[in-house]
Formats: sequence, structure tokens, C-alpha cells
Amino acid sequence: MSWTLIALLLLPLVGSLVVAFLRGNDRLAKTVALAFSLVELALAVLAWTAFDPGGERLQLTSSADWIPAFGVHLSFGVDGIALVMIALIAFLVPVVIGGSWADKLPEGRSAGGFFALLLAMQTGMVGVFAATDVFVFYVFFEAVLVPMYFLIGRFGGPNRQYAAMKFFLYSLLGGLIMLASVIGLYVVSADKLGQGTFDWATLVTVTRDLPLSTQIWLFLGFFIAFAIKAPLVPLHTWLPDAGAEAPVGAGVLLVGILDKIGTFGFLRYCLPLFPAASKELAPVVLVLAVVGILYGSLLAVGQSDMKRFVAYTSIAHFGFIALGIFAFSSQAGTGAVLYMVNHGISTGMLFLVVGMVMARGGSRLIEDYGGMAKLTPVLGGLFFVAGLSSLALPGTNSFVSEFLVLIGSYPNAPVYTILAAVGMVLAALYVLWLYQRVFQGPVRGTALIDAVGGPGAAVDPEKASVPDLNKRELAVLAPLVALILVLGFYPKPVLDVITPSVGATLSEVGVADPVAQEGK
Amino acid sequence: MTTFLSQTVERLQAPEIDYWAVAPLLIVLGAACLSVLFEAFLPKAVRWAAQVLLTFFTLLGAGFALLTYAVAEETLEQGKLTLAGTIAVDRPVIFLWATLLMLGLGSVLLIADRSVEPGGAFVADASILPGSGGVREQLIRREMQTEVFPLTLFALGGMMTFVAANDLLTMFIALEVLSLPLYLMAGLARRRRLLSQEAAVKYFLLGAFASAFFLYGVALLYGFAGSVKLADIANATTATDRSDTLLYAGFGLLIVGLLFKASVGPFHAWTPDVYQGSPTPVTAFMAACTKVAAFGGILRVLYGAFERSSWEWSGVLWGVAIASMVIGAVLGLTQTDVKRMIAYSSVAHAGFLLIGAISLNDAGLSGTMFYLMAYGFTTIAAFGVVSLVRNADGEATHLSQWAGLAKRSPLAAAVFTFLLLALAGLPLTSGFVGKFAVFAAAIEAGMTPLVVIALVASAVAAFFYLRVIVLMYFSEPAVDGPTVSVPGAFTTIAITLGAAVTLVLGVYPPDVLEWAGAGVFIF
Repeated sequence: MSWTLIALLLLPLVGSLVVAFLRGNDRLAKTVALAFSLVELALAVLAWTAFDPGGERLQLTSSADWIPAFGVHLSFGVDGIALVMIALIAFLVPVVIGGSWADKLPEGRSAGGFFALLLAMQTGMVGVFAATDVFVFYVFFEAVLVPMYFLIGRFGGPNRQYAAMKFFLYSLLGGLIMLASVIGLYVVSADKLGQGTFDWATLVTVTRDLPLSTQIWLFLGFFIAFAIKAPLVPLHTWLPDAGAEAPVGAGVLLVGILDKIGTFGFLRYCLPLFPAASKELAPVVLVLAVVGILYGSLLAVGQSDMKRFVAYTSIAHFGFIALGIFAFSSQAGTGAVLYMVNHGISTGMLFLVVGMVMARGGSRLIEDYGGMAKLTPVLGGLFFVAGLSSLALPGTNSFVSEFLVLIGSYPNAPVYTILAAVGMVLAALYVLWLYQRVFQGPVRGTALIDAVGGPGAAVDPEKASVPDLNKRELAVLAPLVALILVLGFYPKPVLDVITPSVGATLSEVGVADPVAQEGK
Repeated sequence: MTTFLSQTVERLQAPEIDYWAVAPLLIVLGAACLSVLFEAFLPKAVRWAAQVLLTFFTLLGAGFALLTYAVAEETLEQGKLTLAGTIAVDRPVIFLWATLLMLGLGSVLLIADRSVEPGGAFVADASILPGSGGVREQLIRREMQTEVFPLTLFALGGMMTFVAANDLLTMFIALEVLSLPLYLMAGLARRRRLLSQEAAVKYFLLGAFASAFFLYGVALLYGFAGSVKLADIANATTATDRSDTLLYAGFGLLIVGLLFKASVGPFHAWTPDVYQGSPTPVTAFMAACTKVAAFGGILRVLYGAFERSSWEWSGVLWGVAIASMVIGAVLGLTQTDVKRMIAYSSVAHAGFLLIGAISLNDAGLSGTMFYLMAYGFTTIAAFGVVSLVRNADGEATHLSQWAGLAKRSPLAAAVFTFLLLALAGLPLTSGFVGKFAVFAAAIEAGMTPLVVIALVASAVAAFFYLRVIVLMYFSEPAVDGPTVSVPGAFTTIAITLGAAVTLVLGVYPPDVLEWAGAGVFIF
């Protein structure tokens, strides 16, 4: 019985309630929220040190009876994959709180409410990754929708009602389809074991012997839910709306963490529970993944709205992750998990810097900006770093993961890998072109032109009314930049934690690892 | 004829009555009679207080009697038949009685409230003609037709008899005892008299038809089995020498009558109008308690009499369940009145409940009963909140009037949001556990396609629940929008009770699930 995960779960929830009661005093509410998120980060570090990469598959476990009538246990535990995701959550939440510190909220909304919802969501997110009981996983999967729904709907952009509704309904529909499979698992286990169970580790031993047709039906229930979350084309249309309308802080968590529930679900549930179905349907998933990479990249090139741009780059990145997972090799799988972490960092940072640009210009449209680097050189530089990390430049974190995914996928899925590699070229195009339009050239665009006193006026950053980054914003971005560089040059600590779990997952699927065989 | 005449005349045996087992029933019905006497003999000034006290003590007393019986009785495991086998008191009946009494208590709290609407939600004098000046005049009179209390008790007694009835004639009588008071209660609204009276007439006419269907079905089944006892009908269905036509026709007519009461689509046509027109506390009572009684009856009839012929009729009820879910979910989308919206939601929920009922396994029985309890409490609390949102003309039930409610009254909006999420079936609410229990039973019974349709219907239905949340939280309040009345103690208790049970059954359901699954029907 380990209390670490339980503490990780409860702390933000307590924080959320405390902050909700402090809504009257914005400043105090923010400070308390930040304090809670930092303690949570410290707890996550503790969990990381307590985790033994070479040990049991699931560690830090705890379990208690919940609903004996259905065989439901309140059980938690992490493998390496879940651990890095929980660490990422714990890292991103304080960053997001710092980043949203001075957000202009819609009229009549309090910052306390915003931060209370953020912390409530943190509990839900940790729960999704820490649950080892499928029922509990489902509960958190749905529960996390509610705070996100309110974050978008109450604090988002002009079209927030539509976006919030679309987000909720897509996820709910996926969740309900998954519920059919969850119940199916229960009934199957009741058939085999006499007493139904939702315990993940037990279910893995039960379901892998199921006939292929049953596996495929159950697989599809989970897969559709996760493909909506991830999101894979053609189930992605909610993300650009939700991402564009969400307040920046919520947007970071949306693409950085919430969407990863989908890819995490592939690894934790689809593959080990339904190995035969996964292998049978892998070509379909690979096609969707490659379509997602190319389609997402092309649409990112064509976006005129910076937040939608980030959402579409994410769709492309999720294609890479799905490719890595369904290529069934340990390199690609490890790369995919590392990609999940790196994407959270680099896209999170991209979202934040876009938010900082918007806070200065007051517009989401790319055409309203131009030559901004002359006014805000530091912001321009950090925007560029985030962009480079997003396009996977060697030396940044994303390069390691993207490279691992591609090199690991090639032996099993050469054609898909070659097509996916085209996505890397497109990534360079969309990132650099965006940077060029917003930051390079003469100062222009309706959002900036007044700040410098009209077209053609001499630019003096000291006098312009568009300020460069302040200390808070620097403090928010600094840890992100540090991680981008550290993981770019020395990803070993993270890889050490991930690799055994990915290996265990793949051995549950029962696929031979072509790369490993060559090595022997 | 000769054989009949030559029979030796036996002395009529008085049936044995286990007073202990049927005590809750006797208390409720006896108190109902007493309550009528109160109406006749008590002066007008003290009637309200006397009736409220009597009703509360009746419900508490009946609950106490039920509790002591359930705790003390050793024969409880099997349950027992009494009153010459016409009433069964078994584990499911005890669960349903307890549910009915608790939900009845919640409804009575709403009915008795006189602070939200000064003088109560009921008309001061039901005999005032619509359109006459008296209608306006009675609005400010601080009195009400206290007959609503005996009517409630009679209806509740009828419902309790209905779920325990072990033969079809008893069931029919119980159906009438529970229905007739409801027809009257629907017409007693203080405001919008015409709408309320229209609801009453509609409910009465359609209800009378449904009763006729039910009775015709009983007659045909008697022809089929030569008995109205559920057990005898069950035995008859296994014999080969009987008329299938009588069985199918009888079953069909009988089940139509039952589905009507349970407001299962496509027999739901009365539901939206009656829910909208009735005084809101009565709507809460109908939505919660009638649903429990009707589905209790459906469960007993299906398990008791028709389990062995299930392959004959299950296809039809599949269709009915699908129709109900689709009608409820899709038509719910188009509603602009919050009471009508909840009415269509109840049609969709009736479809989900029917899935549990036709699973015909132990999990289906316990799951359906759990669902009934969960749904009942959520609905009572929801209607409690609806009764609080008011403007000068009474309750503001049009959805557009709910815009921005969260800003005016965060607490009411938060509670209502929670209840809507429970109706949508989100985890950590009782609605989710109920749905889960019912769907798990259905998949166990091999009805996976039906469950998938149900899940899609849930997703569609979620849209209209969310729309209300969007209105309350994300929209700007209307300038002359309604205000949220500060509820009196009764309504506060009712809403708190409903919301608390919704939360507790969602977070920690094992005890109630175990209780619901503690035993099966006996016949």
C-alpha cells in the first residue's frame, strides 16, 4: 500500500476546494493555487525517485474495495509510461498557473474559479494515468471532462460555448462507446473467472485468449474513444475549436495532457488487452496516423489563426505517436512515449508563447502581426525555440523522440515511415513560415502598427507600447526551455523509466522486435 | 351446470393475513382514510397543519414498520405470500416499498411547502371556473386544497399495493387506486389553471384508455390460463395445449397498460403535457413514485408470469425500448420548457429501465431497482430546483429565462448542474451507477446491440442537459429574468435529500446495490 499516488490525487482536489473558497481574493487564490501545484510537483519528484525502473510492472500500488457487487476496486499504480505522464502533469500545472497569472478573464469571472478548475482537472488527469482498475479509469476519463468543459465554456474565447459543447459531446460519445467495451470486459471476465472484475492486470490474462472477433469489437470500443481523445483524423474536428477557444492555460493542458489520454489508452488498454485485434487492425491505425501527420501539417500551413495553428500541429504530432505505438517495435514504442512527454513540453511552450503574443496584440490572427521581433526580441527568440522544438530540430527534445519513432517504425512499416518523414519537412515549413510572418520583416499588422506610431515609423523597442517579456513570463518559460535542451541532449533518465514498460507492453502483444533480433 | 349445482357448498375461508408483513401498506391506506375524515371534520384553519403532520407521521411510521419487519423477520430470505396469495412481501417488494416511502417523503416535502409560492403550489379552491374573476382572486389567498394530502396517501398506497400484487386483479385495483388521485392532483395548480386542468383531463382520458387496455389484457389472460395469478399464468405458458393467440393478445394489452403508466415511448404522449401542466410538486411525485410503481409492476409481471415465454415477446420489447430511448433523446433536444425537457428525459430513462427489466436475470432485477431509486431522488431534487426559479407569473420554466442563472444564484445553478450531470449519467453520480448496473445486466443477457443504442441515446440526451448548463453558466442573464426564491425548510430538505442521495449513490453505492440484489421475487 503506497500513499504517494493517493496523495498526488487528493492534494490538487483539496487545493481546488480551498481555492474555490478564496474566490473573493484573486491574489490570495492564485498564490494558494501555485503553492498547491508546487507541493504536487515535489510529490511527483518523490514518486519518481521511489519508482524502480527495473522492478515490478506496476509500482506504488494501492487498492481498496469500492463496489464489490461489480468487482470494482479503487486501485492505483503506475508503470513507467504512467509515471512520466504524471510527472509531466505535475510539471505543467505550475507552469500553466504562472502563465495564466495575469490573464484577462471574461467579464464577471474570477481568477479563483479558474484556478480551482485547473486544480480539479489535475486530480482527474492524475487519476486517469494512475488508475489500474478499468472502471476507475473510466470514471476519471469522464470526470476530467467536467472541469475542462467549464474552463473552456466560462473562460474561453468568443466562440467558447460552441467549442465547449463540441468538446464535451465528442469526448462523452467516445466515452460512452468505451463504456460498452468496459462492460463487455466485465461480462467476459465473469464468464471466465466466475466473478467479474475490472482489475487491469487480471483482465490482461483473461482477454488475450478471446477469439479474434470478440477482441475486435471490444478493441473498437476503446479505440474509438481514444482516437477521439488523441485525436486521430477523422475524429479530430473538435480539437481546433476547443484549442482555439480555450484560455491559453487550459489549452496547454488540453493538448499537453488530455489528448495524451488517448495515446496512453492505446498503450495501456488497446494493446495488452486485445493483442490479436491490435495486430489485425494495426494497418488501419497506421493509415490514420500517416493521414493525420500529412493532413494536420498541411492544415497547419494554411491556418490564419495562431491557436488553431497549434491545434493542427498537434494533430500531426499525434500521428507520429500513433505510428510509433502501432509499429510494434520497442524503439518506436519508446520513441512514442518520449514523444508524448516532449510534445507536452514543446507544444505547451508554443501555446504559452502564442498566448503571450496574443496578450500583447489582442488578436489571434497571424495577419494582424508582423516584424514583432523588433519590438519584443526576447519573446521572438523564445517563440523561435518553441518552434524549433516543435519541428524536431536536432539538439531539441523532440528530435530524439521523432527520430526514435521513425527509425523504429521503418523495419515494420517502411512505406508509412517514409510518408511520415514528409511530415518533418512540412513541420519545418509551417513553423518557420509562421515565425517569419509574425516576427520578421518590418513592423506591420493592425495589432502592432499603432504601437510604433504608424507604418514606416522608426522602431525603438524602448519606446514602443508593446512590452517585451516581463520577469514572470520569463520565469514561466525558463523551465520549459531548460527541459527542451536537457532532454534534447540527455534523454536517458526518462528513457530508462520508459523502456522497460514499453518492452513489457510489447511482450504482452507478443510481437517479435525486428531491431532487437538484428542486434543478436 | 349440473356439476356446479351438485358441488358441496364449502364455508368461505377467511384468508390469513400477516398483518406484520403488510403493516406499511395498512398504515398508509388507513392514514389516507383518516386524512379524508380530517378534511370533513377539521376547521379550515388547522387542516393544513394537521394534514402535514399526519402525512409525515404516516410515512415515517410506515417506514419504521417496514424497517422493523425487514430487520426482525427470519422468513425474509424467501419472502412470504399473504392475503390468500394476492400480496407478496419479498425482498424486491421491501426494496420498492422503501424506495416509494422515501421518494414519497421527498415529494410530500415539496407538496407541503408554502413559502416558495405563498400559500403553496395548489389552488385555493379547485371549483373556481377558469376565466372567472375567482382565478385571480385565489392567487393571493393563503390557503390551498388540502385534499392533496389524502390524495397523495391514496396514490402512494396504491403504488405500494401495485408493486406487491401477486395477481392481475389486485394489480388492476391498485392501478386504479394509484391513478385516480393522480388525475385529480394534476389539475390542482394554483397558477396557469387552464394548463393544469388540461393536463388533468388529458391524463385522465389517456389513463382510462390504458386501464381499459390493462383490464382487457387481464381478461384475455384469464381466458388463456384460467387464473389471474401470476404463478398460474407462468405455468400455463409452459403447457402446449393452450391458445397462443390469447397469450400474445393478453400480454400485449396488459403490457401496453403498464408501459403507459411508466411513460415508456411510444406510449408516452401524455408525459410532456402532464408534467408541464401539473403543479411542480405533483410532477415530482409522478415522475419519481409513479415510475417506481410502474416499473415495479412491470418487473413483477415479466419475471412472474412471462419469463418462460420471453423469446416470444422480447423482440417487441426491444423495439419498444429503442423507440423510447430515441423518442426521449431526440424530442428532448427540441424542447424549450424545462419541465417538458425533463419529461422527455424521463421517457429516455424509461427506455433504459426497460432494458434492465427485459434482461430477466438477477442483475437486471437489482440494477433496475437501483436505477429507479437513483432516478427518483435525482428527479425530485431537480423539480425542487425548478420550483424555485420564478418570476411575477410563477415558475419561469421557459429555458430562455434560465440564461445566466449561475450569476444570480450560484448555489441553485450548481445543484441543478449536478443533477443534470446525474441525469446524463456521468460518473460519480448515481445516474452512472444505475446505467452501469442496467447495461451490465443487459450485456450479460446477450443484448449488446441494445446497449450500444442506449449509449448513443445517452450521448444525444447529454446534449440537452448540457444546453441547460450552457445557458445557466455561459450566457448573460436576461434583463427581466426570473429570480431564485429562497426556499423554505421543506423544499430545502427535499432538494438536499435528493442531491445528497444522488451523490452518495454515485460515490459509494455498494450497500444499496447489495440491498437491491439481496433476493428475488416470489410468486
